Amino acid sequence: MTEQLLASLTDGLLLGFVYGLASMGLSLIWGVMRVINLAHGATMVLGMFATYLLFSAFGIHPYVALPIIVVLSLLFGFLVYATAVHRVINAPYLSTLLATFAVNMMIIGIGTAVFTTTPRNVDIPVGRIQAGPVTLLSTRLVATLIAVIVTAGLYLLLYRTRPGKAIRAVANNRAAARLMGISAFRTLALSFGLGTMLAAAAGALIATFFPFTILSGAGYQTKGFVICVLGGLGNPTGALIGGLILGALEGIIPVFMAVNWVPVIEFVLFVLILLVKPSGLLGAR
Amino acid sequence: MRAWRYPAFWLTLGLVAAAGAVVFATRSATLREEMFLLLMFVTLASSLNILLGFTGYVNFGHIVFFGLGGYVGFYLMSQHGWPLWWATLAGGLASALLAWLLGAATLRLRGAYFALATIGVNEAVRAFVNNFRPFGGPTGMSLNFAVYRQYGGPANALWWTFGAMFGLTLLVILISYLVKFSRFGLGLMSIREDEDAAMVLGVRTPRLKTWAFVLSALFPGMVGVLFFFKNGNVEPGDAFRLQMSIEIIVMVMLGGSGTVLGPAIGSAAYERLRGYLLTSPIFKNLHLAFAGFLLLIIVLFVPAGLVGWMRSRLPKLRRVLE
Repeated sequence: MTEQLLASLTDGLLLGFVYGLASMGLSLIWGVMRVINLAHGATMVLGMFATYLLFSAFGIHPYVALPIIVVLSLLFGFLVYATAVHRVINAPYLSTLLATFAVNMMIIGIGTAVFTTTPRNVDIPVGRIQAGPVTLLSTRLVATLIAVIVTAGLYLLLYRTRPGKAIRAVANNRAAARLMGISAFRTLALSFGLGTMLAAAAGALIATFFPFTILSGAGYQTKGFVICVLGGLGNPTGALIGGLILGALEGIIPVFMAVNWVPVIEFVLFVLILLVKPSGLLGAR
Repeated sequence: MRAWRYPAFWLTLGLVAAAGAVVFATRSATLREEMFLLLMFVTLASSLNILLGFTGYVNFGHIVFFGLGGYVGFYLMSQHGWPLWWATLAGGLASALLAWLLGAATLRLRGAYFALATIGVNEAVRAFVNNFRPFGGPTGMSLNFAVYRQYGGPANALWWTFGAMFGLTLLVILISYLVKFSRFGLGLMSIREDEDAAMVLGVRTPRLKTWAFVLSALFPGMVGVLFFFKNGNVEPGDAFRLQMSIEIIVMVMLGGSGTVLGPAIGSAAYERLRGYLLTSPIFKNLHLAFAGFLLLIIVLFVPAGLVGWMRSRLPKLRRVLE
């Protein structure tokens, strides 16, 4: 029992790092611009398909492809922000919810037409490391490592560079930041681009563990909401910790009950946290 | 009861009545099927409008009430042999009860937090029904063919269902107008404009919001029973599609939220457009992308919707376009 628990807990935690990475993007966008990005899941799927295409068409290894995907997704984020979000950024939140959902529909619609909904997978050789009862898959370990590096990079960017400082200033008070001469458009576009990038990177890593279809994004996106609420919306560190908590739950729950009860528990927890402490378990105040 | 003084009241009711009357006049089964879907979306959009348009709370889980009501009614019909009428009523009441319980808790949340909670509720209920044995778990339930005998055979049963749907649509339009021009409706609109100010002025916001939520949930619950009765089976994937919740929001936005005519026109227009896209050879595979593009254009450029845009352009017609 303990052995099984230990094995599934480790598995869950390693997955949790990647969930956390994706949710940091959601959390960053919410924290800086008060937009819930409903195109987040679709963006993750774009990351998955980019990995798949680069691997199957050009034989580029997923980890080598990652930097390319990062750059492309950053640009894609700028594009989405400029065309769909900027015009409604000060409108009531329903407008931004619907605008990002419209982007989601377009991505999924075009994706379904091009790729159909047949499952795909990225077939790379997977190494195993045996540590007692725990089997560690090399893909999970590398993904965890990359997730940690990207998180560290995000922190350096936010706390050690001028654009990062601008992002934090805009998050704190957009009007005051503009009075200090910070371009709101450029900063918001950068934040949206970074959020999109984190989603696509997480998607690219998930593509190395699980098969996926063009519709897989919805499940990951709702998990992202659960994680963000666990960690406090708008708090990137919280998102990473929330990801670990969710990963651990996903590891532990199936040991005690049927695996299809996992979503019931996740979403009940989600609604309960929203009701009791909407700022999240780790949120301020 | 000032609603009947507005020409808009007669216009909207007249449009819906004409849609139903055409079907009964021609006795055409294909037209009936098309019109059933159309009226169903009009009812769903109009009922969502009570919460979204009048009160300003965005509900991403409107379809939960459709699914849950449908499940409860279907369960009573297939397992306990209830007649359609009582099952429909029971489905509506079950949804209203769920809304009352949920509303007491979630309506304290504002803005995007409420919207997120409704997504969570939708997923939680779907995951629960998926695992709930009496409702058939992931495979759902289906009706025994013999059930249709008490309505005079399957063909007659479909006509009865259509009649019920038609009545329900008229009812939701009527109630929307009664709410809009009542003291209750004024309270809801004050919540939409500024909830804190409304509270200071003595509007009992928690109570009003909860009743708006309950009223908005009652109709999808009944529609769900009719829809799944006509379908003959019910399963979690069909009953709780988040996608459909959002399509209903699109319909309300397309027509113009906060008016009664808007959601009715918007849902009819969206339904026809989707039907056209699904059957046209060029757009067949791209209908979702096209619907997304349409939504983006509305959100960015015409946020008040068709009716809202016409109201601002033609101030003289404001009494007609409510």
